[in-house]
Amino acid sequence: MSPGSRRRSGSGWGWWLLAAFLAWLVGYPLLITGGEALGGSAGWSLDYFGTFFSRSHEWLALWRSFWISALSVFFSALVGVPLGFLFERTDFPGRRILGALVALPVALPPLVGVIAFLFLYGESGFVPRAIQLALGLDQAPWRLQGPAAILLVHTYSMYVYFYLFTRAALARLDGSLLEAAANLGAGRWRTLVRVTLPMLRPALAGAALLTFMTSLASFSAPYLFGGSFRVMTTQIVASRLNGDVTMAQVETVMLAALAFVALGAMRLLDPGTELAGTVRGVAPSRRRLISPLARWATAGAGYVLAVVLLLPHATLLLISFVPAGTWTVEFLPPILGLENYGALVSRPDRLRPLVNSAWMAAAATAGALLLGFAAARGAVARRGKVGRLLESLVVLPWAIPGTVFAVALATTFSVDAPHLGRFLLVGTPWLLPLAYLLRDLPLTGRSALSGLRQLDPALEEASAVLGAGRWRTLRRVVLPMVRPALVAGAGLAFITALGDFVVSIVLYTLDTRPISIEILSSLRLQDTGLAAAYGVLLMLVSGAAFVLWGRDGGAA
Amino acid sequence: MSEEKRSFLSLEGLGKRFGDHEVLRAIDLDVGEGEVLALLGPSGSGKTTALRLLAGFEVPDSGRIRVGGEDVTGQPAAKRGFGMVFQHYALFPHLDVGANVAFGLETRGWSRERIAARVAEVLDLVGLTGFEARRPGEISGGQQQRVALARALAPEPKLLLLDEPLSNLDPSLRERTRRQLRQVVERVGITTVLVTHEQEEAFHLGDRVAVLHQGTLQQVGLPEELYERPRTRFVATFVGRAAALPGRLEGRDGEVGRVSLGAAGDGQSWSGALGETVEAGAAVELVVRPETLAFAPPGAAGGLGGRVVGRRFNGPITYYEVQPELQGLPELEVLADAGAAQVGDTVVVAPSGTGPAPRIFARPVEKTP
Repeated sequence: MSPGSRRRSGSGWGWWLLAAFLAWLVGYPLLITGGEALGGSAGWSLDYFGTFFSRSHEWLALWRSFWISALSVFFSALVGVPLGFLFERTDFPGRRILGALVALPVALPPLVGVIAFLFLYGESGFVPRAIQLALGLDQAPWRLQGPAAILLVHTYSMYVYFYLFTRAALARLDGSLLEAAANLGAGRWRTLVRVTLPMLRPALAGAALLTFMTSLASFSAPYLFGGSFRVMTTQIVASRLNGDVTMAQVETVMLAALAFVALGAMRLLDPGTELAGTVRGVAPSRRRLISPLARWATAGAGYVLAVVLLLPHATLLLISFVPAGTWTVEFLPPILGLENYGALVSRPDRLRPLVNSAWMAAAATAGALLLGFAAARGAVARRGKVGRLLESLVVLPWAIPGTVFAVALATTFSVDAPHLGRFLLVGTPWLLPLAYLLRDLPLTGRSALSGLRQLDPALEEASAVLGAGRWRTLRRVVLPMVRPALVAGAGLAFITALGDFVVSIVLYTLDTRPISIEILSSLRLQDTGLAAAYGVLLMLVSGAAFVLWGRDGGAA
Repeated sequence: MSEEKRSFLSLEGLGKRFGDHEVLRAIDLDVGEGEVLALLGPSGSGKTTALRLLAGFEVPDSGRIRVGGEDVTGQPAAKRGFGMVFQHYALFPHLDVGANVAFGLETRGWSRERIAARVAEVLDLVGLTGFEARRPGEISGGQQQRVALARALAPEPKLLLLDEPLSNLDPSLRERTRRQLRQVVERVGITTVLVTHEQEEAFHLGDRVAVLHQGTLQQVGLPEELYERPRTRFVATFVGRAAALPGRLEGRDGEVGRVSLGAAGDGQSWSGALGETVEAGAAVELVVRPETLAFAPPGAAGGLGGRVVGRRFNGPITYYEVQPELQGLPELEVLADAGAAQVGDTVVVAPSGTGPAPRIFARPVEKTP
């Protein structure tokens, strides 16, 4: 409708106030950190940046972050795009179930995925152990560490972006375009190169960006597999651990800069990059594989693939049933039992991390939902400056690696200076939920944005004309209509916070120890069964949230 | 406005601009109590903006809106107590038909029984008795339209606003739904403003029709008045079929003028009614409707030679498209018997003397490139 159609919803200063609050929450800590890295209160200087570049291992970490991310994109595309074509374009027995299974790795919180890999392919994992036993070797055939291990885990968890984006884009592709190409005499190859791939370009660019940013921010895999091979995220945490706070701040600034450069470059190269994710569409017809041999070969390969993809989950499940100290040299664990799960609920020190993670994730999700929805409403209602500002503030944290936020929050809220908008939160139980909230904000905000953008403005006008005021319209019309999108966003936000490791490792206190930290310390104490039990719980909750997401908000 | 009806709704100098674009310019309009006024115009004419100003979705930059003597200009939509049927109906998809219709009643603190009774009553009015539990997605487009009407009428609004109420329906359904809409509105006797770009819809549903063009009100009147005595060139060509023939005004006798046709004004001389004040000798256009022209024998007085370039058989009537030989004249249409001519025939066209008199308007100044 006309540009001014919703000019009357909400008073202007309310939205500006919200924008100011979000700017304080999202942007201010980054500014403070940048300031501190430049010397801050002690006077401006570039000394620390000089030190950063004079130490080869510092800029080497930056360079590694870059190329690990670039290669992650490459390998993820290599796996994900062909799979997307296979599952969207051909029909074979078991296609639907397999198609869902293939997306499963995305449902595994990063740390859980990493330990599952460790149990499966690590030095004493199932696969090396099997090979060792079969071939009678003295040692495990390989050590899962270094860049190869990181890339393996990244590819395993991130090809799903390419797979899902490719499938969604193919499903949305208008089948008549392909028919038109055929009608104009183009063969299959020509149609693929001239029609299909150009149409997929925005989706593939979106998947590439998502993979690159996720990989840049990735912490669990480099932390557990990297060893001396440090990328920026692990370098930052190591600097902090060594007490070199300012160097950690400089590193944080450099990582944030790399993230923004990557984002900017992508926007410049491909302004149409799709960030919103999947949209349902009318699918072009699937090619039924006619030859029975081809059908069964494809199906067979598919099932092998599914088993490979499910092995980490299965391994985690199995290990979680192994009581501590009962499994030594055998190929399969001799004793299985529920001891580990029993310990989770019966021992207060084991239960505590579950309770902590649950309440912090719930609080962060609730806050992010409220803020994200309010900001999205402002962004949709107001098309001017304040609307764009609100949208940017909500979406921005997505581009910022978790480690950066963690350091920025730790820097900003280590001082009690209310007149500067800084409060003493370090060491209190409030900093970690706040950090989770920031990480959740783009998830809830985006869902709310897409939900509200799909809402026909005439529905709100109809409500108004029937005498309903602003609150009544919100309660009776807007909220029920965007509920699926909000539920989906909240589900993702909750599991992100529940399984978080990257922010937690910087900000946790003894009182707020979350599940991920407990998994890590269980691993250190060789209590693998317990670590696996925590992992299984996270996996189940995440799986449930994804089922919810797929059903209600997949289109959002 | 019909004399016996008091003005119930009045727009006084209503104006609206979006940025630099002036969408509505000082509209003055009165609608009598119980009257149905159709706002007719092409897209971009400002008719939708006028309706949105009435509903309270937009605030006018100038002018006032009065309903029953009360100034509602600054009132928010929720306080106006109007009913509206949206172009795409805007039925709440998460509520069933009954809850949709009850939506406007719930704010009034009525008892549940009373609401249910009213919902049943209005659903009965639109011929959808017993549809309460259906979902908007489960019923046909025509039924959705009637639910939207029932929802708008349920709270007994002071004024009913209809935004292109039939544009979303199949042509086959449109005529029937239009008749039903007309019947319901007549039965309720509610003052109604309807926006449409379809002349047939405006003529059938509107007691009077107001034609809008580029944000200005061109003419308000009964359909017959608009058709027979259009007051602007836009109304003459937008309402009904017509060709605008350039010419020069030779002279006038009261309301009747004689026009020599052709861009240079050296062709045949036809007469018409002066639609506006034009000086003798001025460049004009003579707007002629197909039914006022006929094929004439060669050499007939005032006969305009031409060639048939198209023929449209339309059941009871047949249109012939004729390209006159005279320099600068556009194609014109002639209404004649099905067998009167063939495409390619050389013919002579002359005024038949029947139907509404051709109208004379000042020729728009040619835009110099």
